[in-house]
Amino acid sequence: MKYALIPLLPFAAFLIIGLFGHWIRERAHWIAVPAVAGSFLLSLSTFNDIANGEPIRVTLYSWITSGAFDVNIGFYIDRLTVTMLLLVTIVSGLVHVYTIGYMHGEPGYARFFAYIALFTFSMLMLVMADNFLQLYVFWEAVGLCSYLLIGHWYDRKSACDAATKAFVVNRVGDFGFGLGIMLIFVTFGSLQYDQVFGHAALAEGLTINVLKPLGGEWLVGTLTVICLLLFTGAVGKSAQVPLHVWLPDAMEGPTPISALIHAATMVTAGVFMVARLSPLYNLAPAALDVVAVTGGATAVFAATIALTQNDIKRVVAYSTVSQLGYMMMACGLGAYTAGMYHLLTHGAFKALLFLGCGSVIIALHHEQDMRRMGGLKNKLPVTYWTMVIGSLALAGIPGFSGFFSKEEILAGAWAAGPLGKTLTVVGLVTAFMTAFYSFRLVFVAFWGESRVDPHHADHIHEPSWTMTMPLIILAILSIFAGYFGIPHFIEPVLQGPAGHDGTTAHDGPLLLKLVAIAMGIGGIVAAWVVYVKSPGLPDRLAEKWRQAYDYSFHKWYVDELYDRTIVKPTVDLANGLWRKVDVAVIDAMVNGVAAATVRWGRAMRLVQSGQVQHYALAMALGAVVILGMYLLFIP
Amino acid sequence: MVPLSYYMILSAIVFVTGVVGVLIRRNIIMLLLSIELMLNATNINFVAFSYYLDNIAGQVFVFFALTVAAAEVAVGLAIIIALYRVKATMNVEELNLMKW
Repeated sequence: MKYALIPLLPFAAFLIIGLFGHWIRERAHWIAVPAVAGSFLLSLSTFNDIANGEPIRVTLYSWITSGAFDVNIGFYIDRLTVTMLLLVTIVSGLVHVYTIGYMHGEPGYARFFAYIALFTFSMLMLVMADNFLQLYVFWEAVGLCSYLLIGHWYDRKSACDAATKAFVVNRVGDFGFGLGIMLIFVTFGSLQYDQVFGHAALAEGLTINVLKPLGGEWLVGTLTVICLLLFTGAVGKSAQVPLHVWLPDAMEGPTPISALIHAATMVTAGVFMVARLSPLYNLAPAALDVVAVTGGATAVFAATIALTQNDIKRVVAYSTVSQLGYMMMACGLGAYTAGMYHLLTHGAFKALLFLGCGSVIIALHHEQDMRRMGGLKNKLPVTYWTMVIGSLALAGIPGFSGFFSKEEILAGAWAAGPLGKTLTVVGLVTAFMTAFYSFRLVFVAFWGESRVDPHHADHIHEPSWTMTMPLIILAILSIFAGYFGIPHFIEPVLQGPAGHDGTTAHDGPLLLKLVAIAMGIGGIVAAWVVYVKSPGLPDRLAEKWRQAYDYSFHKWYVDELYDRTIVKPTVDLANGLWRKVDVAVIDAMVNGVAAATVRWGRAMRLVQSGQVQHYALAMALGAVVILGMYLLFIP
Repeated sequence: MVPLSYYMILSAIVFVTGVVGVLIRRNIIMLLLSIELMLNATNINFVAFSYYLDNIAGQVFVFFALTVAAAEVAVGLAIIIALYRVKATMNVEELNLMKW
């Protein structure tokens, strides 16, 4: 019961606020915040149970039973789950508190709280799932909540578009995810984790002819196909290339929700899924390589975009994409522990960075363009210092949590064969860029001359304690999350693939460590040189490498490419179908039937003369005809 | 003894008279009377067959038919009176509200 309450408390908060929000209004946080806090306390107690004992399996009730198809709503809580529970409830709880200040006086105050409570509930159910269907349902629920929250300001066209984009792009990935789950059921006859994992080794020899519909023959291992299909879902949800496009646009939502999506819920689901299903992935090395390469590509790709963005939230958003690539890369190289570790530390400092951005945005009256900031260091000291801590953690500076997890990833990657070595280099390059753009943000937004709109410049002040308190707590976590020995805690449940020693390598070669530190510090120094030491240099650099700058600034034109190749043809096709098929054929048929009926009715009603005698005559004649037929034809 | 066919011919003549009356008369009272003619034509048949087949059931039917006819006339006349109060006419051609 205790375990069921963890997700049910936020769900109850959602129901109460959702149903009675009209009366609750500005008091919504008195329901949502205690609910999430309760979940957090229960998670802590669960953590205690797990740390001293066995994984917990709870079956709440039998959901669907139909022949061999048997699905329960149940929980499987092990060390991996419980760390996720803590991350989700902590970040979500702090975001709830932060929202009180951020959304103060907004019309949709209660609605917002209802949805973030639902979001928290969905994510908790997702991580606690003990079967694939439950995972899938809440996987979708998380997508739905993100849609609702990104489109919170539904009267803005950009917000609606961003919400739709997030939903549609996620659907693309989830389609593959659904197929993967179906294939699991066909192969294993069950959707329970323990059943599937238990029989996974037996399925190792099975193959599927993936070219069968085309008449060809290309045998691929069933497990590889399953893992790749499931990974498609993760690509969508965790914003990996090429389905990363929704995440930066998700910035249209209110900032607290950006923090929630980017740090604790939603995007972490993909990485978590790969780690959770590691027993399957371990048996499909080809799929793992795909995961690793996709992750590596995403990491470096998103980092290059983050270098030139001017919107403060977009910089952080692309940094999330990049860091998620890092985690995926680690998982793909078999270093699940490192990937999950980075997920947890990243959860802390990315939430911090986003909430910090939010406090800057509120202080500047919804100004998001970094070119109109600057000199905020003294006016927003709490925000400044916490953001510096978050950026140091993100850059992987020794002593901060990001350093430990990044080291772990690089060490794991280095130990994972030739592909791992290549990706280590990618990771190092990304680390340099990460340090560069995160301190570009700090220097441009907080240092130098104030470029703030003079209207607002005089009354810039720190937001209320409900907004600064979460920042401070997250800053503390960003520093100390590296000292809790998280990897040792989750390692036992995350076995790497046979033959890889990526999971066990906590310490890479000393040189690798030094290079990684040098990359972090080098990035910061480079940012300092470019943005503080010599003003004007950024413009000169942009001019010198015009083309590269344009590619980065326009996000490699991925959106434009998708617009041309997918969105526009689809919209055109839909328009064509609407005019040529829907209106011209289907509507015409339906309307034609109706019109014919009307015309017939108009003709036939003349029979109704109102003269009783006409009717009587018709009746008599009818009787004569029937009688006549009877006499004539029946002997 | 009168043959059965005579009764049937008589009955047919009375029935057809009734049908034609219903179809061609204008006065609504006459319509009602014609309906009574048709009913009684069938009654003649019933009685005749009852006699020739030596079966009393036919005559029992006639009593029922007469009772129903009496009730029907009562209801019919009541409707006619009600109609007359509204439309002030006995002409069925003017009672043509039930049309398009």
